[in-house]
Amino acid sequence: MSETGTVRMTERMPSFVRRLDRAVVIAFACIVLLLILGSLYSSSFLSPEYLLQQLKVASFLGVIATGMMLVILLGQIDLSVPWAVSTGAMMACAAAAYGDVGAAFAIPFGILCGVAIGVVNGLGVAYLRIPSMIMTLATNAVAQGAMVVYTGGFSPQDSATGAMRFLATGSMIPGIPNVVIIWALVGAGMVFVLTRTSFGRCVYGIGNRERAAYLSGINTRRIVLIAFAVAGGLSALGGILLAGYASKAAQSMGDAYLLPAIAAVVLGGTSIIGGRGSYLGTIAGVILITLLQSILSVMQMPEAGRQIIYGLVIIVMLLLYGRTATER
Amino acid sequence: MKDWRYWLSAQQGTLTAVAIFAVMFVIYTANHPAGFTANVVQTAANKGVLLAFVAMAQTLVVITAGIDLSVGMILLLTNCLASWIVIGTPLETAMGVIAVLLVGALCGAINGAIVIYGRLQPIVTTIATGAVYFGIALLLRPFPGGSVNEDLADALTGRLFGVIPSSLVTLAGVVLVVWIPYSRSVYGRAAYAAGSSETAAYMSGMPIRRGKFLSYTLGGLIAAVGGLFLTFFTYTGDAALASGNAYTLFSIAAVVLGGVSLFGGKGSAIGAIFGALAFRTIGDLLFVFDFDPIWQPLFQGLILLVAVSMGAIALVRVRNRLEWFL
Amino acid sequence: MQQSYDLFRMEGISKRYGGVRALEQASLTLKAGKIHALLGENGAGKSTLIKIMSGVVSPDQGTMLMDGQPVTFPSPAAANDAGVVCVFQELSLIPELSVADNIMVSRPPTRFGMIDRRAQRRIAEEALVRTGASDIHPLALVKDLPLSRRQMVEIAKALARKPRILILDEATSALTKGDVRKVFEVLKRLRSEGLALLYISHRMNEIAELADDCTVFRNGSNVASYPAGTKSDEDVIEMMIGREYHSAYPPKPEPVPDKKPVLDVQNLSWGDRLHDISFSLKAGEIVGLGGLDGQGQRDLLLALFGVLRDVKGTVLVDGEPVRIESPTQARDHGIGMALIPEDRKTEGLMLPMTVRENLSFAALDQLAKSGVIDGKKEQTLIDRMMKLLSIKAGNLDVPVGTLSGGNQQKVVIAKWLMRSPRIVLLNDPTRGIDVGTKQEIYQLLRRLADEGAAILFYSTDYAELIGCCDKVLVLYDGAVKRQLVGPEITEHALLASALNLPEAERVQELAS
Repeated sequence: MSETGTVRMTERMPSFVRRLDRAVVIAFACIVLLLILGSLYSSSFLSPEYLLQQLKVASFLGVIATGMMLVILLGQIDLSVPWAVSTGAMMACAAAAYGDVGAAFAIPFGILCGVAIGVVNGLGVAYLRIPSMIMTLATNAVAQGAMVVYTGGFSPQDSATGAMRFLATGSMIPGIPNVVIIWALVGAGMVFVLTRTSFGRCVYGIGNRERAAYLSGINTRRIVLIAFAVAGGLSALGGILLAGYASKAAQSMGDAYLLPAIAAVVLGGTSIIGGRGSYLGTIAGVILITLLQSILSVMQMPEAGRQIIYGLVIIVMLLLYGRTATER
Repeated sequence: MKDWRYWLSAQQGTLTAVAIFAVMFVIYTANHPAGFTANVVQTAANKGVLLAFVAMAQTLVVITAGIDLSVGMILLLTNCLASWIVIGTPLETAMGVIAVLLVGALCGAINGAIVIYGRLQPIVTTIATGAVYFGIALLLRPFPGGSVNEDLADALTGRLFGVIPSSLVTLAGVVLVVWIPYSRSVYGRAAYAAGSSETAAYMSGMPIRRGKFLSYTLGGLIAAVGGLFLTFFTYTGDAALASGNAYTLFSIAAVVLGGVSLFGGKGSAIGAIFGALAFRTIGDLLFVFDFDPIWQPLFQGLILLVAVSMGAIALVRVRNRLEWFL
Repeated sequence: MQQSYDLFRMEGISKRYGGVRALEQASLTLKAGKIHALLGENGAGKSTLIKIMSGVVSPDQGTMLMDGQPVTFPSPAAANDAGVVCVFQELSLIPELSVADNIMVSRPPTRFGMIDRRAQRRIAEEALVRTGASDIHPLALVKDLPLSRRQMVEIAKALARKPRILILDEATSALTKGDVRKVFEVLKRLRSEGLALLYISHRMNEIAELADDCTVFRNGSNVASYPAGTKSDEDVIEMMIGREYHSAYPPKPEPVPDKKPVLDVQNLSWGDRLHDISFSLKAGEIVGLGGLDGQGQRDLLLALFGVLRDVKGTVLVDGEPVRIESPTQARDHGIGMALIPEDRKTEGLMLPMTVRENLSFAALDQLAKSGVIDGKKEQTLIDRMMKLLSIKAGNLDVPVGTLSGGNQQKVVIAKWLMRSPRIVLLNDPTRGIDVGTKQEIYQLLRRLADEGAAILFYSTDYAELIGCCDKVLVLYDGAVKRQLVGPEITEHALLASALNLPEAERVQELAS
């Protein structure tokens, strides 16, 4: 094919396919590999019911990882996920206890609490220039402290609202769980923002070189603040969905989602130092982590083995495509 | 005459941490029903020393502009291992202790190798290795249990001459034997340089890679000392995930409170130790002022928030805003 | 009198970076007991040559001989061991360490495995005295020192390594006049002790004072080597640029009197770096900032663009006073400023992002409707810019880091032209750019001015200031030393004002 022919052909492909980078391809290849390995263990692995179930489980992590990806793209990190998740869940359930009015506003209220945590993070990181690692750690501790005081140290007693339960366990379109739809909507929104809006461009620019973005006249501080606020809100949404699934919130329910969220984003090819990464990769990372955890639990692998394999997989995959360049 | 002024400004972070801790501790003992007695000091010391060791380990990595999110898991791993092998005759116990220390150092070395030679970012590397170390800890102790040489344990958690807590003496010993020689050695300086400006350090021909590697390894070693102490306190090995995570995250808090810069190149383990002790004393202060213990996590969080904000105020007042962006 | 011999020889050295040929069969000979000056434009290969000499990078081809024996330097440490030491422009000092630590950074004296601080301090103090910088306290942290002191520490550090060959790369650019004198004494003393010195500088007067031999580099190879003083400055410049000295600058229009200024600056001060600066900028004018490096020119541009805090004085745009507190405000409609920053790689571009993304980055607010980017509008504007600046990029969607330096700088300029700014500030825009692109930029600036923009640009190149500017402000120590208008802008006047010579004005009167 002539050169112009090839160029025209690639121009007709959707832009996200052109930009596929190695990491995303490897991540999807690993998903296929895992499915094959799993199917060797048990043939039900490739059944649509099982795959749909996995997608459903992945959706909770997916929502949370979306917010984490936004923050990591900026070159920051959000360690307040554990208690943003728990706070969103607990506050939504708490609102539900205030009668019908409360129940109606439970979900927005829970999300708002997450956004509040995110705003505090953003103010500290963007305006006070506190390193995000320590800032989000501090807000996590404060959120935890606040929730401990609120529940008096006991397990949260409030139940989730019907709406929350519907979102988490129901399915409006027969066959497709609601959570999957929610993840799809959140994901689509993030893809749109990242690829078609000036906010998204600025996020990549700041992650690449905040100095140059600032000198270009971008209000970098506001963008960082908004990004953290969105991440906080998405973490809270994840918590609300989890509470809906279990019909109530639980202490430390968010702890198990921090490291998988970071791992999912990074395994999907997003650079931990920021400026690079596509949402498709995050989708792959989330599914990969979910599948891995699920396969290990089906194999009745004891927790010890699961942790070890989990850690080894991350290291090996990053060594494949996460290395920083050398000089010389 | 000007010499001490330079020394003072260089040690600012550490001295602030010492001052904060001193003030907090004085308030604590002043309001404690038993007052400033050896018992009170010993209990406080024993509680604080564990975090102090982990904070010291974290400092070693942070000065190279890295971070070690596996340090709490190394603590758990060495704790569980110690609950198996630090028993028996004095000789067996000694071998057990050495073995535990070596395992900790090995964990640190693995972290360092992946970061330096594998060229992966420290944050994701140590998240992953932390999972592996926790898994191994869980293999060793699926359920809490085990035992330890009780004579040794009591000796090291007791009191020297009836007054000075032995845990503090051990802490001081580790500082004298590990931190001081390392920080003043060529490799220690290379580690600081790598954290401050890796390009400049390379152009100056410093042994950056060996310095960083040694930092990670010694960090693991000191975390192992903490693991041993945990075993001495509890007489058991327990692979408690929440506890390990808490130690990791609090070690970062302690390090920041101790004046160590998360960007690397600046700070001392001594400051981190006092940062850790100060952090632990928050809970004691609440107890002494009859606050309900459920307020402790909130207070710890708020104080951390305030402390890091204070440290940041200096940066906000720069005259050239470009300095905000590295 | 010592017999001079070839201490160091480089032959046939070649080095490529990707597709760019930094050095092509380059050669150089250094004699013991002589100071050798290395001249050449930015991008001629001087930096790469000394990086190879000092072990920072390794050559693709070629040999290096020391005392007649072939040598290779796989690392800076290896070069240092062999006695080749380079004084960088402050790149090799570690900010969080003390002066003493930095001076003794390699092979410090040790006792029981730990660094012997007392011995180290003693040696550091000796080195500082020998460099003529005894006012610097060895315990001070490098990051707390001003640039000129840091450079002295860098020189002291080099001397502490007892070099046989000392390389100085623009080592005096940030020094005060007194420091320069002291350093020259040191260098002359080292020469008499038998060292070979390689001195890179743009300042002809320094080279005239110091050098025994000279070499001119152009396009990565040695164009000429000759004893100092045997070639005229004109000849040297012609060798450096490879053609007639009088490069073509676009013609300057007649000044229009009584036009109201677009930008009026009155008594602008900032800390201790800028003092009482006043000037005005009219539409259609190109005003230059001259003077030696580091006299506040960059700070002035940053102050105008809203990057600096606590700036005192008054700034009027179109006669209205404004307080510009951020680049966001500066670029806004009402003011319409643009700044092409100093370092395109870290301040002007996001290298891994595509050409398209970089081009539209400063104009996103104009290209987006309620936050969503209008792709067609973006493409139209970008096409116009690409044509206007004749940017050579095969494909808009490649990372901008793959473009040549000249094209990268064009992208930075185009990025700002997308906003049709009224006031354009440029911070040394042609540094490190090839001559062809420089010409294009001069043409572009004049065209922008003709279309009504007001341009203020800082340049370290006298020829540029003379050729492009309608007016030049020469800064010295953060204040406007002299304002030269029209035919007053001559190299003599620029130099004299830059060096703060009081006779400058008298000489000017005599000359006119």
